[in-house]
Amino acid sequence: MTSLATLAAADGAATAATGITAYAWLLVALPMLGAAVLLLGGRATDKWGPLFATAMSWAAFVVGAIIWISMVGRDPGARAASLHLFSWVPAGSFNVDAGMLVDQLSVTFVLLVTFVGSLIHVYSLGYMEHDPDKRRFFAYLNLFVAAMLLLVLADSYLLLYVGWEGVGLASYLLIGFWNHNPAYATAANKAFVVNRVGDFGLSVAIMIMFAAFGTVSFAGVQQAAQGGAGEGVLTAIGLMLLLGACGKSAQFPLQSWLGDAMAGPTPVSALIHAATMVTAGVYLVVRSGFIFHGAPNAQLVVVIVGAITLLFGAVVGCAKDDIKKALAASTMSQIGYMMLAAGLGPVGAAFAIFHLLTHGFFKAGMFLGAGSVMHGMNDQVDMRRFGGLSGAMKITWVTFGLGWLAILGVPPFSGFWSKDKIIEAAFIGEGWRPWVFGLTALIGAGITAFYMSRLFFMTFHGKKRWTDDVHPHESPRTMTVPMMVLAVGSALLGLVLSIGGTFTHWLEPITGSHGEEHPVLSVPVITILTLVLVIGGIALAWMRYWRDSVPVAQPTGSLATRAARRDLYQDDVNEGVFMRPGLHLTRALVFADNRGVDGGFGGLAALVGGTSSRLRRLQNGFARSYALTMLAGVVVILGALWVIQ
Amino acid sequence: MPAVTVLAAPMVPAAFKAADVSYGAIAPMLIVVAGALVGVLVEAFAPRRVRHTTQLALALVTLVAAFVVLVTVSTKATNRGGTLAQAVIIDGPSLFLQGAILLMSVLGVLTMAEKFGGQGSDAFTPMGAAVPGSAHEAAALRAGLATSEVFPLTLFAVVGMMLFPAAGDLLTMFVALEVLSLPLYLMCGLARRRRLLSQEASLKYFLLGAFSSAFFLFGAALMYGYAGSLNIADIATAVSGASANLEGLLLPGVVFVMVGLLFKVGAVPFHSWTPDVYQGAPTPVTGFMAACTKVAAFGAILRIVYVGIEANRWDWRGGIIAVAALTMVVGAVLSVTQTDVKRLLAYSSIAHAGFILVAVLSFDRTGVSGTLFYLVAYGFMTIAGFAIVSMVRQGGSEASHLSQWAGLGRNHPVVAGVFAFLLLAFAGIPLTSGFTAKFAAFSPAVAFGGTSGVALVVIGVLCSVITAFVYVRLIVLMYFTEAPAGEAVVAETASPYTTIAITVGTLVTLVLGVLPTQVLDLAERSSQFLLK
Repeated sequence: MTSLATLAAADGAATAATGITAYAWLLVALPMLGAAVLLLGGRATDKWGPLFATAMSWAAFVVGAIIWISMVGRDPGARAASLHLFSWVPAGSFNVDAGMLVDQLSVTFVLLVTFVGSLIHVYSLGYMEHDPDKRRFFAYLNLFVAAMLLLVLADSYLLLYVGWEGVGLASYLLIGFWNHNPAYATAANKAFVVNRVGDFGLSVAIMIMFAAFGTVSFAGVQQAAQGGAGEGVLTAIGLMLLLGACGKSAQFPLQSWLGDAMAGPTPVSALIHAATMVTAGVYLVVRSGFIFHGAPNAQLVVVIVGAITLLFGAVVGCAKDDIKKALAASTMSQIGYMMLAAGLGPVGAAFAIFHLLTHGFFKAGMFLGAGSVMHGMNDQVDMRRFGGLSGAMKITWVTFGLGWLAILGVPPFSGFWSKDKIIEAAFIGEGWRPWVFGLTALIGAGITAFYMSRLFFMTFHGKKRWTDDVHPHESPRTMTVPMMVLAVGSALLGLVLSIGGTFTHWLEPITGSHGEEHPVLSVPVITILTLVLVIGGIALAWMRYWRDSVPVAQPTGSLATRAARRDLYQDDVNEGVFMRPGLHLTRALVFADNRGVDGGFGGLAALVGGTSSRLRRLQNGFARSYALTMLAGVVVILGALWVIQ
Repeated sequence: MPAVTVLAAPMVPAAFKAADVSYGAIAPMLIVVAGALVGVLVEAFAPRRVRHTTQLALALVTLVAAFVVLVTVSTKATNRGGTLAQAVIIDGPSLFLQGAILLMSVLGVLTMAEKFGGQGSDAFTPMGAAVPGSAHEAAALRAGLATSEVFPLTLFAVVGMMLFPAAGDLLTMFVALEVLSLPLYLMCGLARRRRLLSQEASLKYFLLGAFSSAFFLFGAALMYGYAGSLNIADIATAVSGASANLEGLLLPGVVFVMVGLLFKVGAVPFHSWTPDVYQGAPTPVTGFMAACTKVAAFGAILRIVYVGIEANRWDWRGGIIAVAALTMVVGAVLSVTQTDVKRLLAYSSIAHAGFILVAVLSFDRTGVSGTLFYLVAYGFMTIAGFAIVSMVRQGGSEASHLSQWAGLGRNHPVVAGVFAFLLLAFAGIPLTSGFTAKFAAFSPAVAFGGTSGVALVVIGVLCSVITAFVYVRLIVLMYFTEAPAGEAVVAETASPYTTIAITVGTLVTLVLGVLPTQVLDLAERSSQFLLK
């Protein structure tokens, strides 16, 4: 079976950072400086601010790249380095130090975040050119990059939590960037509220760690987790971490916010809601591998959540007509794949990160492509009004097409190398699991092929269904160049990184090594089955959305289609489960309806609320009752102490 | 016959010796007493027009001077130790807490001085029967019935608060308790608006306060019966020696004394007064009281527990553990259904009292420093929080109902933003002092509190989640809910006094969250109690 022994050896050996790695703090400081200058500088920085922010982001990439190169030069065992920043909370015998952990996993993220992030900064220079609040936008982007880097570089769960909240804040600010539109402001609020639910999970996990182990650093928790911590504790921590991951990564049952988050400017959707922030949950689960290793039940729940989400997103993606929402559903589904792989433990964790990396490229590329389409089509998003754009926007068509081939998993494009491996890994195991999870992943691949081809054909092929006033045109260079760069990544990154298993070996010290494992079906069979399903999906989409004409108005559709259009009623469910304690309660408060307050709680909250209103009756305002309470308290305490004595 | 000779002997003590007084050590308290007395004279003789300004200046100068002297005093080792026949003990904890009380009262006095453009202090009434803004009130003002007596009253209360944690014997502690309580009873009844609520609060606080004082006094008497001394260090000797005859008096004595102190911090089941009084009292007084009384009373609890009765803690510990757990749970659970922001903060203060008790119950020096740090963090955020509550108005009076806070973030982003930050600090979110404080309070409990310590921390964490929900809900209400129709709720433009108080409180909350090292170190160094 799998073993984490190597993990312990490598992580325990995280040496103090020297050389360029000692400057890892610059990674966070540079974009933070950019955000500070732009936000504090006010209108004075309007002119050069966006360029400055872009430069800061590239500077962070350069620092990251140099750190990476110096890391490659070292032995695999000596690559991880820790960087002590300052003593944050020295409280008696417990200390929390703010420090950074620069290892293979975090450097991978640093490169992804800074590279894709910088490209998107460049793209935004063109996309946001005419926006009066451009400076604020770039400040938020820089803030996001800084927070995201803090998240992945933190060496303790606590500092990670700070970054976690930081990216949440930046995401909230950017979704609601055009908050003059009330619908967009509502979308931002929804993301905020749903993310709070997840964040509570993470904070409770940290508190349990602290209560149980007395430490919250990765190294300390790992030591405790491997040093005989009870399975119950680890399961509790694991499930709470998973709740946090579900909120941030839009996984079932906290997935509802991602579709609405598309209200933000498209570069934001590409960077935050496709390539980086939403994958933080996967990072958290992989980083906490030592906890999940000791809690098989929590691990199983991770896999189940991933499997449900990957189907859920795929089904929703089939029915969406809004190009960005269809892409968002696809993001959700792809992260489901990563979550599933992360939950499989060492067998799949490396592929989870690998897919995360390739997905970061092709999905960001496709989002930028969608932005480019919208740019040329007067900001329309309804794919029923697109069609035949391949002639009008050649570069967008080609770059988007490469992303499309990549996400489909067509060899030799990037997605094939990562997604196919996840499907294989899902088939590994004993009993019912490999069959259920493997087949889910397999079917998911087929649906993915259908809805992505639907999206691609509806947008770029078939008849032109344009409204009368649009004149599609190719976007300016600042926008197309980043798309081209990402398209190269979509095409080649997977191949390059999987020659000789380069990437999985690179991550092995973090994800743990595993022995030779064989899927329940042989590998060629899985690959061929996948390809057959993918081709079937493409063919079906071709018949319905290229060959046949697509109606301009949305047809009523079957019951299933309508359900998928409504995101499988996730909002309706959430309204009952999550939004009522929040929204209903605040609304009830506004109308001062005390009974409404009590009635609006659900589940545990109802218990607290009910107890609260019952206890409240003791607070009746009579001094005599208060005195009686005190007296009763004294009598009970004294009586109990006497009895015990 | 020997008995007769004893009786016949003269009843004169062998040699009467006056107690040594180390004036340096008690100089800060003397300064505040002097300031308060001068304040009484000012109240009597200064012309009405300058009275408010004079009183304010006097109070501020007194408090700042006392703080400066306190800092000077604390640097000299000879000033440490017992003085006035061990009635007052000046040691690390008492110096730390006295300094905290002085700084917090400066902010408290600043908020009390707020006029909002009116003639006198906005929060206080010049005449019990007058309606705010009425001709009656104007007449009262013309007749010279000003509202400035609140400043000397505050100074008297501060003296009691400073003496409370420094008291070396139970009698001094009782005197301090009364000195700090009596002015507070009065100040609670001075509200200019919602007079009945305020008077009711004052009376309730007085009645229940008297009730709890009686417990304290009775407990002190029982302890004297047990140990033959009121001195806390002597009681400690008796407890650890276990040589006393009247063993059975100790436990009820401990319980009664603790009841008197737990009442002051608002621990369950001695908390019932807190919401009513916090709601009824003038808001600046609520802020002052919530912060400074808690500091003083926890100081006294620390001294009793860590110096006096630690040796037999196994006998009485269970009771206080139950109180701490109950306090956290009741404070957190009841805060969920509150609809008045002042009552909400009152229940929050109850929950915080529970969190602090968790630190006290760790029975380790780090527990003392955790408590000290928590008190500072909580005090500053509370004063700033109540100062903001006093600014948010509808139709001239405080908009204390939660529904009135809806949509505040849209019209007053800065005020709502600062309040949201303070709420996050109450909730204990990282990068605020609330987080550091919870960390400092809970870690010794985990390390040294044994099973019960861990259990208390688990309860504390769960309760934090409940209260965090309450605070976040209020933030959501301020930012994401449309303002109700009707007269607009506004945040009044505050004078520099209130602005300074809020700014300082908020900055301290931020700094203690981001760079708490200095203050944590200071608390650590100040955590050693002296016996004499």
